[in-house]
Amino acid sequence: MDPRRAPRTVIDPKVRQVGFFAPPDRSQSVPLPQSSNSPSSTPLSDLSPSGNSLSPVMIPPPRHLSDLSSLPITAGLPPTRLSPPVHRFSGESVVPIGSYNPSEFASPSVGDLFEDKNARSPGPRRSRGGGGSAKIASSLPAGGFELPPEVKPKSLTTVSVFSNLRPNVTEKLVEKSIESQDGSGANSKQPLKEKTSKAERRALQEAQRAAKAAAKGGNGVANIKTGKSNSVQKKDNASVAAPSEKRLGDHKDKDRKKDVPHPRMQFDDATRVEKAKKRAIVKQTEVRNRVELFRHLPQYEHGTKLPHLEYNFFSLNSNSVHPSVYKVGLRYLAGDISGGNARCIAMLQAFQESIMEYSAPPERALNRDLTAKINSYISYLIECRPLSISMGNAIKFVKTRIANLPLTLSESEAKANLLSEINHFINEKIILADKVIVRHAVTKVRDGDVLLTYGSSSAVEMILLHAHELGKQFRVVIVDSRPKLEGRLLLRRLVAKGVSCTYVHINATSYIMHEVTRVFLGASSVLANGTVYSRVGTACVAMVANACGVPVIVCCEAYKFHERVQLDSICCNELGDPDAISKVHGQKEVNHLKDIADNENLQILNLTYDVTPSDYVSMIITDYGMIPPTSVPVIVRELRKEQIWSG
Amino acid sequence: MTALLQLTGTVIMPDTHALVNDFLNKLKKRKIEGSKATAKLTAELLRSVISQQRLPNTNQAGALIHAIKAIGEQLTAANHVEVAVGNIVRRVLHIIREEDVSLTTASIGGLSLQGLSDDEEDNPLVSAAVAAAAARTTLRPPSLQTLLEDMPSHSAAAAALHHSSSSAGDSEDKTKSTDKNSRSRKLKHNVIETVNELIQDIATCHEQIAEQAVEHIHHNEVILTLGSSGTVIEFLCAAKEKKRSFRVFVAEGAPRYQGHTLAKELVARGLQTTVITDSAVFAMISRVNMVIVGAHAVMANGGVIAPVGLNMVALAAQRHSVPFVVLAGIHKLCPLYPHNPEVLLNELKSPSELLDFGELSDCMDFGIGTGSPLLHVVNPAFDYVPPKLVSLFITDTGGHNPSYMYRLIADYYSADDLVLQQRPTS
Repeated sequence: MDPRRAPRTVIDPKVRQVGFFAPPDRSQSVPLPQSSNSPSSTPLSDLSPSGNSLSPVMIPPPRHLSDLSSLPITAGLPPTRLSPPVHRFSGESVVPIGSYNPSEFASPSVGDLFEDKNARSPGPRRSRGGGGSAKIASSLPAGGFELPPEVKPKSLTTVSVFSNLRPNVTEKLVEKSIESQDGSGANSKQPLKEKTSKAERRALQEAQRAAKAAAKGGNGVANIKTGKSNSVQKKDNASVAAPSEKRLGDHKDKDRKKDVPHPRMQFDDATRVEKAKKRAIVKQTEVRNRVELFRHLPQYEHGTKLPHLEYNFFSLNSNSVHPSVYKVGLRYLAGDISGGNARCIAMLQAFQESIMEYSAPPERALNRDLTAKINSYISYLIECRPLSISMGNAIKFVKTRIANLPLTLSESEAKANLLSEINHFINEKIILADKVIVRHAVTKVRDGDVLLTYGSSSAVEMILLHAHELGKQFRVVIVDSRPKLEGRLLLRRLVAKGVSCTYVHINATSYIMHEVTRVFLGASSVLANGTVYSRVGTACVAMVANACGVPVIVCCEAYKFHERVQLDSICCNELGDPDAISKVHGQKEVNHLKDIADNENLQILNLTYDVTPSDYVSMIITDYGMIPPTSVPVIVRELRKEQIWSG
Repeated sequence: MTALLQLTGTVIMPDTHALVNDFLNKLKKRKIEGSKATAKLTAELLRSVISQQRLPNTNQAGALIHAIKAIGEQLTAANHVEVAVGNIVRRVLHIIREEDVSLTTASIGGLSLQGLSDDEEDNPLVSAAVAAAAARTTLRPPSLQTLLEDMPSHSAAAAALHHSSSSAGDSEDKTKSTDKNSRSRKLKHNVIETVNELIQDIATCHEQIAEQAVEHIHHNEVILTLGSSGTVIEFLCAAKEKKRSFRVFVAEGAPRYQGHTLAKELVARGLQTTVITDSAVFAMISRVNMVIVGAHAVMANGGVIAPVGLNMVALAAQRHSVPFVVLAGIHKLCPLYPHNPEVLLNELKSPSELLDFGELSDCMDFGIGTGSPLLHVVNPAFDYVPPKLVSLFITDTGGHNPSYMYRLIADYYSADDLVLQQRPTS
């Protein structure tokens, strides 16, 4: 590290303050292995300058004075300064693994953690400072962002510089003012715990945001490579740049920019589709007659590749896809797992398994390598079936956690940390959330009610069963539709539990709606404009209920909320197997479409989702409580905040 | 009078009994599919009944009407859902009444201007017009339309009719006494003649509706339909034959999946066809220019009894301001109002179309102990689409608004026949 710093100093003059910070970064950056996936270099390069500007401005001045007094001030000796934090770091690296949880921030240990981060962070961040290393920076998300923690050590350096340059008095003044502004005047000398929470939070926020952005950047890279950008991560590289640039003051604006969802892969873009194909593990074949309106979506033949892939299971290349992930992918492909929660949990558990058996190659940082791995898994999963929004959110979470892993953690610790984080996510965001939803929703079931539900939603099923267990007297109408006929499964489970059920086809919704008092619907996602993205047919049911004046209650865990907006069901959707429509289950005589399946005039459209306008929805029950659809953006915002803080 | 009626009742039986019973059985067993076929068969049955009916010397029309009503009652009771049966019975009754009136007026006219009765044979149009005019004047107060229609061309006839209606009672007796036989034959003959025309109309209604297709479908149109209907097939194919190129979304119409047949038909004719599930209707309707569907029956208020699922389609179409067009032959026009139609004018089909019988047997045992079964499967055949959701009716007589249906009904049915279930004797 030391040797490198010297070169930095050269740079320093250009941008004074920047210079100071920069040197340490570089030193660390060099050792870092170059990420294999660095296609999107341009946006990253932007990062570096911004990063520089950031650090100087906000950070250092306040703390230094105090530090200065204690520490030997040597403006010209960055290396020495760095070392102390590092040491601390190593000593403290024992910090509890779970420390990243937001709740734990309050605890004393947190302070230590921060320090660790600080110490660690300088390295990666600096890498950005060097123009050439921009790519690396992008791949190393964590580095850039842990700025705030770094502040302390850096501040030391800067301070020293300042002291040289200016009269101490001015410095002090500056410091004070800054302190007053930030409320973060406390510096490293003071026990970190004492620091005002604001400062901490800010620092943390910054760090996490950066990490997130970086993670996304990585994502974007992966997407480009694979050509499958369907994944939920919508931030493009440009967005990555944004966070690095942000300063405390204006980070909100940047935030907003960053949050604009990244366009998904459009399958009518021939060149990108070509690229995607090259990388694909699952070599899907195109459906013969593609539906004109949906050329932008992948339209594959279903089921044809499954045997082949199953066969390949035993000759799996160990580098490509972990067996557990491979298995889950195949189950998606075969349709064994459906339903947002089930798919999401299956995926997370597969990730857990793969993480458990993962070991980072010696020359690469764990979080970078692991992110790349996860990305490759995800692109494989996307090939099997486009991700649901809930899965996308979960992936975002996992990646953020990976990116935020303290570098100090040993590999086993890091893995344990990740595993517990993922467990936590499953328990808190899915299982517990469902329990809360059930508790809310049960209050809406009265004796004598006739409840209508569509398809099979796990949340709604739990509500119905729980209400039944509570001894409420009600009847359930299950509306079902082709081709999946998921309602039958629900029907079977409910009848087995002794719930009185009526089973109808979706066409008969208007007939049955007159006797219904409430409609409970599940959702795949709730979008920021209040529309409900759900199993196809939900919109029809909600519309009929609305026309008959029956309240429509949508049950959806908050982790499925998404900031995207959508007006119709065509721009973003998923196409199922067309053959499932031409074959009618249980009715052999209906096979008119079979013999003309090759006719170019015939297209068969098997939509998977549709979009229910928010005015059909009376209420959305989520783990945050019962809200009108107009309040969805509020929840989305809260979620984002939480994500930034904790993750 | 009662004796006479009973007599006529016995008179029907021998020859037509077998025919009627056969038809009744078919109706009860739902062997006849589609309102067009039902209507046609009903009309043919009634024609043979009329032709074999022996008529008394006096009040022939009354006897005929009574006979038809008796059969009509049986037929409608056999299958409440096939509204077309009732419609045709009422149409035939209306025809009898009109012919009777026209004969009466003709005979009056015959008294005054001798040659008219001969002309009638060659020129049914005139007789029909006169009959219609007579019917209008005698059965109900004249509407604005009749007044306008009548004024220019038939002012003379109308004037004559006014006479006749005032003096109908005594003149009738006179005419009957003069030529009973010829008149009885003439009435039957005329009625059968007109019933034949009716059958013809029913047979050709598809073509007549299809002829209008080009006026409603433009190039590159996107049309959505659900299930299948002969009328819709003909309509779309007619437009295709006129070199219109357009695209059709076909919702399959579970649980009967007639949409598949429709799609097959359309594909065979070279139309761009996309089959979708019923649940995707709402998703796709925003990209559709027009919804064209068939109907089971059109009610007097302009509401439609349609294959199940169409209410959903109509609501979706309304939400997106897509015109909802119903194609219906005039034989589907029902003079009744749909009071609580979902209950009265619907039919629940076999649950096996939704669930196989054995499918939930393992769970079903559970419900036996409680007395009431836990599982119900509801499989209605029809939906009621209220008139406000219908943009346009296209019938063989042209396009009409839902609000105009009551008026069409007044043209095709007489108010006395609306209720078939009146049997004075029993």
